[in-house]
Amino acid sequence: MNVLIQQFINGLTVGAVYALVALGFTLVYGVLRIVNFAHGGVYMMGAFIGFTAGKYLGVNLFISILFAMAGAAILGVIIERVAIAPLREADPYSAFLSSLGVGTVLPVLAQKMWGVSTQPYPAHIEFTTFHFGDITINSMQIVIISAAVVLVLGLQLFVHKTAMGMAMRSSSYSVTLSKLMGINVDAVIRATFAISSALAGAGGVLVAAYYDAIFPTMGFVVSLKAFTAAVVGGIGSIPGTILGGLLIGLLEALSAGFISSSFQDAIAFIILVLMLLFKPTGLMGRDVLQKM
Amino acid sequence: MNISKIVHRVTNLKRAEKLALFVLWLALPVILSSWDYGLHIAISVSLWAVLALGINLVNGQAGQLILGGAAWFAIGAYASALLMLFQNWSFWATLPVSLLLGALFGFLVGLPSLRVGGDYLGIVTLGFGEIARLVLINWTSLTRGPMGLPGIPAPSVFGTEVSSKAAFFYLLAALLVGTWVLMNRLTVSKFGLQLISLREDERVAQAIGVDIGRAKVTSFVISAAVIALAGAFYGSYISFISPDAFVFNDSMLMLAMVILGGMGSPGGSVLGAVILIVAPEALRFLGDWRLVLYGTLLTGMMVYRPSGLWGLERRPRNEIKLTVKR
Repeated sequence: MNVLIQQFINGLTVGAVYALVALGFTLVYGVLRIVNFAHGGVYMMGAFIGFTAGKYLGVNLFISILFAMAGAAILGVIIERVAIAPLREADPYSAFLSSLGVGTVLPVLAQKMWGVSTQPYPAHIEFTTFHFGDITINSMQIVIISAAVVLVLGLQLFVHKTAMGMAMRSSSYSVTLSKLMGINVDAVIRATFAISSALAGAGGVLVAAYYDAIFPTMGFVVSLKAFTAAVVGGIGSIPGTILGGLLIGLLEALSAGFISSSFQDAIAFIILVLMLLFKPTGLMGRDVLQKM
Repeated sequence: MNISKIVHRVTNLKRAEKLALFVLWLALPVILSSWDYGLHIAISVSLWAVLALGINLVNGQAGQLILGGAAWFAIGAYASALLMLFQNWSFWATLPVSLLLGALFGFLVGLPSLRVGGDYLGIVTLGFGEIARLVLINWTSLTRGPMGLPGIPAPSVFGTEVSSKAAFFYLLAALLVGTWVLMNRLTVSKFGLQLISLREDERVAQAIGVDIGRAKVTSFVISAAVIALAGAFYGSYISFISPDAFVFNDSMLMLAMVILGGMGSPGGSVLGAVILIVAPEALRFLGDWRLVLYGTLLTGMMVYRPSGLWGLERRPRNEIKLTVKR
């Protein structure tokens, strides 16, 4: 029973980060109907920007998250400009491959700038561990979950209470109609990329600090899992994506605790393949995918 | 002379020039006899050209995105290596097994294409590639996990072992010629045209009577079988395989070759393989920057020249003029 609760807490922590990264997939997909595979690279670059701020400016974890979010947002906008915007009229397949190209380049750039090896994350805050019987909760876990909650609430406020958020929802309903209503869809797309990248950057720092490890290829597996989370929850739906992220995190932690940790990574992929085959719209999705 | 003129020249060789090029290629082991590494590059080019031709049928011709080609490659290589090492089969006897296993997994990966398309299919196949790699790493009792399989024997012809690089060159050259003929026949066959029609518009293809499900899955089966067969040759040539040899980057490289050369064009796939294997060797000083090259190439080609170097507009025989969307 204690193992169950412990794994539940661990799963919730990791799931919260998956949800943050998955929201980026969902937001971009919502407006552009493309899967942005540079996202994992942005997540990693965000983590390294936070790392640099922490190491050279000596700022603590919370400030470095802000650095990471700002840097990732700028990077996201640049990527959109260079690799996605020229393909606005092309099929989503081309834009996907184009973003995949960027996603391949970013880890190498990070490797050149910060080195190949895994480095500890300079968080500059004291962590405490709370014991409740056999169950341990790290204060980092509390930080991650509360940071995720704050960011998600902020996103909800933005999407539902601001003019840009409304333009975003309108564009995800129909780009053509939004243009006819006088919405600057290009600006909306830029904002969407900035926000999703900022969320990914925050996720990157949180994970790097949680495992106290940062390395250039950290984005690949996480982005696949986050994408799985988005698909499971229903890509394009914000509440669905959050649910999906938590579900994937929990399933992984539980399978690591009760089945075998060596196949832990495979669980998400198996769920992904099964989900796309049997319920491609996800748990809370609204779009019907391209089907035969 | 700008790039498109050069490309035009290269893709419109005269008959005599083609013949001369072919003879030159076959004479490479003699020309490079004192440069072992050069011959290794020539062998790699043949191998990757086969892989690119294989993946091109699904990715280029049928327009179904595959990001897990390395998994088929691995399945062929492991099947052949395991049978040779632990059952003492001859190399030649393992080939049909690799071929059939590849076809089987091609069929399995092809099934999702009936349900999802576009980038989603790409991600399903990427997931398949990752699952295959994780199985290879974790199923240690069969595959020895990350330690890999050393000492894979070379094939023997009439009792003598083929172990020299020159012999392997001709072995892979034969494989390439076989694949080249097969793919060229398929491209212009009724089946090839069905694939093009379903790539351009599935609904229209269906309306004109193409059994698109069957055509899709068949293209997966053929591609996977060819790639798995190439895997068997690779294992025997390199004599050591481990899960590290079949990672996402390898799948990416296959795709990059097809995109660079021009989706759906067998000549383009071979051209892509030649460029992407020779250029990084020539630019050896780039080191890890090679991945940057592939990535930039992928993005750059998508943005500036989506039809590739030897793209569809240049299809010689059946004169299908397709407008390439930007």
